[in-house]
Amino acid sequence: MNAPTIWIIAPAFTAILLFPIRNQRVLSILGGTIAVLLALSAQFIPIGEALGVGELSFKIDASLDILGRVLRIQPAEGSLLAIIYGAAALWFFGAEASGTAGRIVPYGLLITTFMVASIAVEPFLFAALFIELAILLAIPMLNSIYQKPGRGVVRFLIYQTLAMPFILLSGWLLSGVEASPGDVSLAAQAASMLGLGFAFLLAIFPLYNWIPLLIEEASPFIVGFLLWILPTVTIIFAAGFLDRYSWLRSSPQTATALQFAGLLMIVTGGIWAATQHHLGRIMAYGSVAETGFAILALSLDSRVGIPILFLLLPARALGLAVWSLALTIFNNQVESMRFSTVRGLLHSFPFAGAALILASLSTGAFPLLAGFPARLALWENLARLSITSAFWMGIGIVGLLTSSFRSLAVLGMADEYTGWEIREDWLQGIMLGLGMIGLVILGLFPQFTQFFLANLPAMFERLGR
Amino acid sequence: MSTLVWLAVILITITSVGLLLARDWRWLIIFLSAQYFGMLILTLQNWPLGMASVKVVAGWMSAAILGMTRSGLPREDRAERSNILPRGRLFRLFAAGIVLVIVSSVTPRVDAIMADSGFAITSGSLVLIGMGLLHLGVSNHILRVSIGLMTILSGFEILYSTVESSILVAALLAISNLGLALVGSYLLIASNVEEETELI
Repeated sequence: MNAPTIWIIAPAFTAILLFPIRNQRVLSILGGTIAVLLALSAQFIPIGEALGVGELSFKIDASLDILGRVLRIQPAEGSLLAIIYGAAALWFFGAEASGTAGRIVPYGLLITTFMVASIAVEPFLFAALFIELAILLAIPMLNSIYQKPGRGVVRFLIYQTLAMPFILLSGWLLSGVEASPGDVSLAAQAASMLGLGFAFLLAIFPLYNWIPLLIEEASPFIVGFLLWILPTVTIIFAAGFLDRYSWLRSSPQTATALQFAGLLMIVTGGIWAATQHHLGRIMAYGSVAETGFAILALSLDSRVGIPILFLLLPARALGLAVWSLALTIFNNQVESMRFSTVRGLLHSFPFAGAALILASLSTGAFPLLAGFPARLALWENLARLSITSAFWMGIGIVGLLTSSFRSLAVLGMADEYTGWEIREDWLQGIMLGLGMIGLVILGLFPQFTQFFLANLPAMFERLGR
Repeated sequence: MSTLVWLAVILITITSVGLLLARDWRWLIIFLSAQYFGMLILTLQNWPLGMASVKVVAGWMSAAILGMTRSGLPREDRAERSNILPRGRLFRLFAAGIVLVIVSSVTPRVDAIMADSGFAITSGSLVLIGMGLLHLGVSNHILRVSIGLMTILSGFEILYSTVESSILVAALLAISNLGLALVGSYLLIASNVEEETELI
């Protein structure tokens, strides 16, 4: 038995078996349970160590040889898998409440296994190929065959596909730079190629125009899933490059470029979010800013930045899951999510309205919510480096908070004599309620996540040391 | 062998420009298939026949998937028709000429970066990448977008074959190509649906 078989190949086959199931509830429970089991086993079963169960003794090998290359899950990556599958379980359990279980559970589980494979594959730069396969799988998940594809889906396909050649070629160039470190021109070419690849993959400004388009065309719950899993795994993949290539890690230009890109995404994401009149587009720009925070964390000294990066992950997963579920509930009730059509909905959908506002505030670093601790640490460390950068991060956060308060004002803007009613069903209420409790608990007691996060920097050989 | 390689480059240039100019989808599929044959010849310079043929087989299968889907559509694709205007042809030819000029000027530099893979291979791959990008830039029709992406990937695969000969990479790239064709077919069918009928 080996780890890649348990956490990649077996879940992939299970996902394929889920495709014929049509019952939303069965799919949601099955998918969620499988993801939880995978998360628990990844957290508690040690990889590469002998385990005794009664008289039986067995060991889970870390690697699997496949077509001359290796899929390897390091013991230190167990907690990361637990976070990834645990967060996937959030979406799968919420799938029935959103009415998208038929698509998100089988496709989502398959996409998650490909993303895990991208973390496990060696040489690590082949991860770009697995990410590309995940992106191709995302298309039928996003767009039903009975629905005309819009510009967002097509741009998503184009931009994400263009990333793969850049990253694969840059990987080869980077090895050339390692062989001749004095060749400045080659280093610049390799870094530019790598930068372009990640700009496409992480949807760095201005290549994120597909995100708001996509959220208007597809189910927000499904788009939320993609906006969580793709940047999360990609940012870890990017950290892998910094870990592997010492010249890239130690170059001051790398830190400057990362800082600039991160701030650009936070500022533009925040300002655009503040000026939108569409709840979906606000979430889109919120997720852009979230990616900006992660990139900014990578730009810091890795001993500080890597723990902050990992601290951002659970808050992002929970925030986006709650936000996208709330949006999907609104989306199913009104013809569009423009301010003019969602006005006053807080009175009839109090759980969805409150969840949307809380998730949005959490993204904007509102105190005592899940996103706050990581952003505070990030802001504090950024301010030590540059007050100007910290100021710009503040501008982005103000933009995000403005968008949250505007959403609150619009959702609460009902006629004077409109009464309160609860039009969410019990399942939606429970899922949103649990999500909101989670957002508050993660904000009040961020140390809870340390159980998963404390050992994660060990997955890198040099970063964070 | 060198003559054959240059003939493949000429073939690739003709097919990629043809893809840009053709209006009938049948010609698009024929040009795409011929393009994969040219790609086979260029890949053969670095890979054994067995591995190189994976690319052409995957490419032809992809072309067949797109062709069969398009032929199965019940009526003329209005989006496709409105997208190709008569006045666009000269413009596209002019744009293709610019791409060829750019490719000829950057080939020596790229060739030096890519471990001196050979002018023919480098120029052939850059022609495909450039024409594919141009294709994506001038059209938003699903069939053409799919073909544009497949053209870019073909160019990249030729270039990458000079530095990487892993079986896993060859297999994953072949799967990516087939996946792209399948996704293209899926979206092509979806784009011909009159009204949204969500059954799930």
